[in-house]
Amino acid sequence: MALLDVTDLSVSFDTPDGQVHAVNGMSLTLDPGDSLAIVGESGSGKTQLAFGILGLLAKNGTSRGSVKFNGQEILNLPEAQLNKIRANEIAMIFQDPMTSLNPYMRVGEQMAEVLMLHQGTSKRDALEDSAKMLDAVRIPDARSRLRMYPHEFSGGMRQRIMAAMALLCRPKLLIADEPTTALDVTVQNQIMELMADIQRDFGTALILITHDLGIVAGTCAETLVMYGGQVMEHGTTDDVFEAPSHPYTLGLLKAVPRLDVPQDALQTIPGDPPDLTALPPGCPFSPRCPLSHEPCKRTMPPLEAFGSGRFRACHAPREDVA
Amino acid sequence: MLTFILKRLLIAIPVLLILIVGTFVLMYTAPGSPFATERGIPPAVLANLEAQYGLDQPFIVQIWRYIVGIVTEFDFGPSFIYRDQDVNDLIGQGFPVTLTYGVWSFLVAVLVGGTLGILAAVRHNTWLDYLAVGISIGAQVLPNFVLAPILVLVFTLWLGWLPGGGWQGGQWEYVILPVIALSTSFMASIARISRASMLEVLTSNFIRTARAKGLPMRRVIFRHALKPALLPVISYLGPAFVGMITGSVVIDIYFSTGGIGQFFVASALNRDYGVMMGITVLLGALTVLFNLVVDILYAWIDPKIRY
Amino acid sequence: MLATKAIADDLAGAAPIKGRSLWADARARFFRNKAAVAGLFVLVCVAAFALFGPLIATWNYEDIDWTVLGNVAEAGRPSLENGHWFGTDALGRDLFARTAQGTQVSLMVGIVGALISVIVGTFYGAVAGYFGGRIDGVMMRVVDVLMSIPYMFVLILLLVVFGRSMLMLFIGIGLVSWLDMARIARGQTLTLRNKEFVEAAVATGVGPFTIIRRHIVPNLLGVVIVYATLLVPSMIIYESFISFLGLGVQEPLTSWGALINDGAAEMNNGTLWMLLVPLFFFVITLFGFFFVGDGLRDALDPKDR
Repeated sequence: MALLDVTDLSVSFDTPDGQVHAVNGMSLTLDPGDSLAIVGESGSGKTQLAFGILGLLAKNGTSRGSVKFNGQEILNLPEAQLNKIRANEIAMIFQDPMTSLNPYMRVGEQMAEVLMLHQGTSKRDALEDSAKMLDAVRIPDARSRLRMYPHEFSGGMRQRIMAAMALLCRPKLLIADEPTTALDVTVQNQIMELMADIQRDFGTALILITHDLGIVAGTCAETLVMYGGQVMEHGTTDDVFEAPSHPYTLGLLKAVPRLDVPQDALQTIPGDPPDLTALPPGCPFSPRCPLSHEPCKRTMPPLEAFGSGRFRACHAPREDVA
Repeated sequence: MLTFILKRLLIAIPVLLILIVGTFVLMYTAPGSPFATERGIPPAVLANLEAQYGLDQPFIVQIWRYIVGIVTEFDFGPSFIYRDQDVNDLIGQGFPVTLTYGVWSFLVAVLVGGTLGILAAVRHNTWLDYLAVGISIGAQVLPNFVLAPILVLVFTLWLGWLPGGGWQGGQWEYVILPVIALSTSFMASIARISRASMLEVLTSNFIRTARAKGLPMRRVIFRHALKPALLPVISYLGPAFVGMITGSVVIDIYFSTGGIGQFFVASALNRDYGVMMGITVLLGALTVLFNLVVDILYAWIDPKIRY
Repeated sequence: MLATKAIADDLAGAAPIKGRSLWADARARFFRNKAAVAGLFVLVCVAAFALFGPLIATWNYEDIDWTVLGNVAEAGRPSLENGHWFGTDALGRDLFARTAQGTQVSLMVGIVGALISVIVGTFYGAVAGYFGGRIDGVMMRVVDVLMSIPYMFVLILLLVVFGRSMLMLFIGIGLVSWLDMARIARGQTLTLRNKEFVEAAVATGVGPFTIIRRHIVPNLLGVVIVYATLLVPSMIIYESFISFLGLGVQEPLTSWGALINDGAAEMNNGTLWMLLVPLFFFVITLFGFFFVGDGLRDALDPKDR
């Protein structure tokens, strides 16, 4: 049985400017211990997808569809039941480590309360376990750091703390939402290595949300490309990188600066991310797509399987994408 | 922490000195002799009087004596009108009264206002929220000198429930209306500030983290959101204190409670410089001390303040 | 009908996108806010009352109507027949004329006081924020010190020492209330100082005070206007407070605070109109300013919600 089974999930927000459709009928499955990268530009709905799964949407947000975790439907569960799953079964790491930890509480307290709440651990044992976990994410001198406040740590350290906090209850699924975006490049690498290690050592399934294709390759077995709140293409990371089957993936890959190929200018995808209040009836990428033709503007191409376990949603013939 | 307190104390001392010197200079430059209002005093008697109060001394000597008197003996100087009274007597009479309804008003404003604001934010866009917003908007246009007559009109003249003035040694029915009149506008401000800041805190990233940890909403609010949400309220306590001291003048005048404000206004109308100066300095010193306490409280709550 | 709509849609689609200025945008947002527009309407009415009230009043604000004196509770009631539309005060003076006159004083004190404090505070804050460092430290320390002084007592002190005059009231109220403005202006200046257009001006050798005057202050305008709108009611409250204590404007001149005080003193004698009339004007004007201020804030700073 799949660990996570998302079917036709949609997330929208009521705003003064109208309905914002952040996620539109997303489906994906994830087996225990698997790792999946969800890739897309900012505004492609990847973060809201993650929030939708965990029921963390802002107050004006609604989600429809189905999210099954270990076979149990968890979408729109009452808060009290969701709280049993959060951190305990599905944990999350957020984009901005600088603001994601509570600046007014000691790090040890913030970590310990997770264990005390979910596992009924005593405060002393919870602090002990927290220190061990900080050790595991390679924070030196972990025990004495429990008494420090978040602002006394660097950004990379805080992201390690977030990771340690997320792992305390040994969740079966870890969702990391752009865990490296706010960090320096050298620190980014360390955090990505940490993610890979976590996945290996704890056997946790991982969903890595990112806009940076560069960090996906070494970490995740599978890659899902998202645009306008929809799946554009989905397959193993190797396949997607070597033979992208969607013009959007191709554009993203071309936009990654490379040292091994001489380049005059950085490639970009022309145009802007879609206006989520007024999505076109057809493929959301069609206004920017070099291969766009008539049907693209009218109907959304279905997500079709091809090759070995690959999916794509595109009207253009596969041979044209190159 | 201790060094922080000491440092703050060191800053408070020059502030107090500036306050005393400033007030004194103002009084010193006031045109005419403080006794000139009393008609028919022969020049010889006037000179005698001035000598008795030390007013014939050079400015520097006068101010030095005044400061020494305050610092060493807590003596705020004499009244220039009532020969047999000095400022300390008036303070001794009025201060307990002011303190009583002042402390009550402060507690009511902070506790009721804070609770109302926090609840309104947590129950955003419910009837409770609308009620809190309504109250705080309404109270903005009802400062104490407007509210006091309205309260007396309703509760004394129409309903006859509570006395419209007097003190009677601080019996509860005499305290209620002054406390309501004084605290309402501050309560409304505190409700507004705490609501706004709680709403902002609730949208912050670390609250989302707390929710993602599976904490029940009650714990998210009390353990994670309350402290940061109260910081702006704490910053407001200083100005609120000044405002309440100022408002106490209206309370004393309108309800004849016999607090310090009554003496202040009486001395202002009598041009009794000694009393005015004494009360201003005393209240200024209280304000400075209160701000010191607020600063320490703030530093204690906010770990980011370095000391 | 449908045809015209289609044409209109076409036109709307075809029209080149016209740049809207910040102020035009703000104006549109302001006029969409019903409470703010209602507040503005109330303020215009009150101002008109202050300006034209004395002209249409049948009595002068200082003349005593001897026919009602001694029997104010009966003969001094608001009535259309004897021309005392709002009744008379305890001395038999026409309350309509007196309220109009008091409205003039209160509005004037409010606006002039706010103006003084805005001018002083903006420049003080802009200078402190622009120069930064030690100058900023000292200047803001001074503000902190002044803030911890019970200003109202000092103001009363000033009034007693230098005599009670309107001028003193204006200056005093303005001077004790520029501190918040200075803080706000400084905070905004700190962020403006590092903006490219200021750096460009510095690079081309423009002097610091010219930069403050030409580049910093104009950019503070939005915040300043919002704050000034909210400052006017507090000035009115200050003045009313002082007049309530009998330390403000002097007879026969009057203001809302003095009128409320007079009315409150007569409350026991069945002449409630003396309290309610000035109270009404006081309350609706404050409401007006607060709503307009809130509307302006939302209009000029839409992200601040």
